[in-house]
Amino acid sequence: MSDSTPVVPVSGAQDIPPAAAPDALSRPAGLRASVAASSPRRWARWGELLIEGLIYLCGWSAILFVAAIFFFVFIEAAPLAAQGFDFVEFFTSVNWRPTSNVRPQFGTLALLVGSLCVTGLAMLMAVPLGLGAAVYISEFASGRTKEVLKVVVELLAAIPSVVWGFIGMMVIGPIIIRFTGTPVGVNLLNGSIILALMSVPIIVSIAEDALKAVPDSYREAALSLGANQWEVVYRVLFPAAKNGLLAAVLLGVGRAIGETMAVLMVTGHAIQIPRGLLDPVRTLTATIAAELGETVQGDTHFRTLFLIGLVLFALTFIVNLIADLIVKGIRSENA
Amino acid sequence: MVRKWVVGASIAVSLFVLGGCQGKAERGSRGGEGTTSIRVEGSDTMVQLAQAWAEHYHQIQPSVSIQVLGGGSGVGIASLIDGNCDMANASREIEPKEIARVKANRGEEPKTHVVGHDALAIFVHKENPLDSISMEELAEIYGDGGKISRWSQLGVKLQGDDTIVRVSRQNSSGTYAYFREAVLGKNRDFKLGSIDQSGSKDVVALVSRTPNAIGYSGMGYATPEVKMLKVSKKKGEPAVAPTIENAKKGAYPITRALYIYTIGEPKGPVKQYLDWILSPEGQKVVAELGYVPASES
Repeated sequence: MSDSTPVVPVSGAQDIPPAAAPDALSRPAGLRASVAASSPRRWARWGELLIEGLIYLCGWSAILFVAAIFFFVFIEAAPLAAQGFDFVEFFTSVNWRPTSNVRPQFGTLALLVGSLCVTGLAMLMAVPLGLGAAVYISEFASGRTKEVLKVVVELLAAIPSVVWGFIGMMVIGPIIIRFTGTPVGVNLLNGSIILALMSVPIIVSIAEDALKAVPDSYREAALSLGANQWEVVYRVLFPAAKNGLLAAVLLGVGRAIGETMAVLMVTGHAIQIPRGLLDPVRTLTATIAAELGETVQGDTHFRTLFLIGLVLFALTFIVNLIADLIVKGIRSENA
Repeated sequence: MVRKWVVGASIAVSLFVLGGCQGKAERGSRGGEGTTSIRVEGSDTMVQLAQAWAEHYHQIQPSVSIQVLGGGSGVGIASLIDGNCDMANASREIEPKEIARVKANRGEEPKTHVVGHDALAIFVHKENPLDSISMEELAEIYGDGGKISRWSQLGVKLQGDDTIVRVSRQNSSGTYAYFREAVLGKNRDFKLGSIDQSGSKDVVALVSRTPNAIGYSGMGYATPEVKMLKVSKKKGEPAVAPTIENAKKGAYPITRALYIYTIGEPKGPVKQYLDWILSPEGQKVVAELGYVPASES
């Protein structure tokens, strides 16, 4: 992520050659000659080629995997088009009744709205909290506090989503019931609080990296002009680290929209368009998770779940595309 | 920093995937010399029962090891179709579509064995004053277009919120399909907006935490935190409690059969195991777990 920030950290490229060099240079001359003649040297060359190849493969495998995943999801969903599947109903109806005896209906509007509401609300909470925490860790905290906070935030990012789901059900749910008097604790609010808590660590660590990458000379220049610390953050650091901060927020969005297990446990999993914060909702991801296991392979229901997978794919693609365009826009503005 | 995470995560993922493959390969193989393994998969409702059977049978026949997996009735039947298990537990009848797939994939028809009965109990919070409910009222609560949405319409006054919170199951569960058929009838759908849980236990757990909720689940899942309602066939008729006796007599209206499916007529160890399940000894386990034995009902 740090390469998308406008300013490159000072450390980096120069360190690498010295680190690699000593091994070859520090050997006594006689030993070097004998090594050259024997097989280990040849092995080393082969080894290097092998590792080079592996790294090359690793680089390309990411693209390959994305393409392959998209391809397989698409292949499973594609036959729907030939079966006269009602795509208008799919996008505009709230009736999701895939196993109905009367008339199976495959409307996903409520699920889509559910996903967007939970994610949007989660971001409303997570972005200010995450960016604030990042500013504090990077600019205000010092020494021990800073180190402890960084470790704790990284620890937070490592908590499995099932555990978050459990916390939502057992801790946040009862708190919501207590303070709002609503009958059910698993709802939109609970889901977005949990998702916000899950995305904050990601936002914090990436945003903190971005802020750290702003050269100290910027800060010093601003301070010498008489700016106070708040003005340095608001007027200098934020504009300078814009791209990195945006990347942090969008990765948070990606985390939230794709999260499955926790939302399955804490949103209430009810098919309806929420009218308030306390209504149970259902998301696209949770629907796939709950239903895919028991559908007959090749069935319309099965294929429709893959179509939902494609919609999720498209959503994340759009989010990334927007991010890319914004980043590019900012770049050309600066140039 | 982020890069390091990504590399770490991808290594973890690939290890996990490799581990998963290996696990699967092991599961597919038959046990070593002298031991036979039987793979059972299917209905979540029947998982506890299937495990209890497996444990008891292992004491009698130590040479037979039985692996039990849940996942749902549909998963079990799908696994039977793919040849990944020897017996599929199901809390619903196999569908014609699935029979066709079994025939196409395995060359034989599936054979049905009724191994017990399950009464679906209607659960409410333990502080709910309601004691009984009729099938029509249940249909109006859960059915599409149904008119009952408040507890006051059932003649009870709850402290706090009056709305009925409907707890249901995910739409691919056997319990969901059975409740729809038994309570709503063949030609009616569920009202949307119910809270759909992924397991029988989860329904009871949510009802126990929610004072104005109603839910359905196997009566074996009852806990002291919830109350089971008596159910009458029609409003005004006497309401019947979900007990083993009432289910056996056929007096309790929401009772269903529990099935085991095999490919064709079972042979060898699978047949011996099924015979034992249907013997008085195996059926005793059914009663112990709060289900209704098949042989006497």
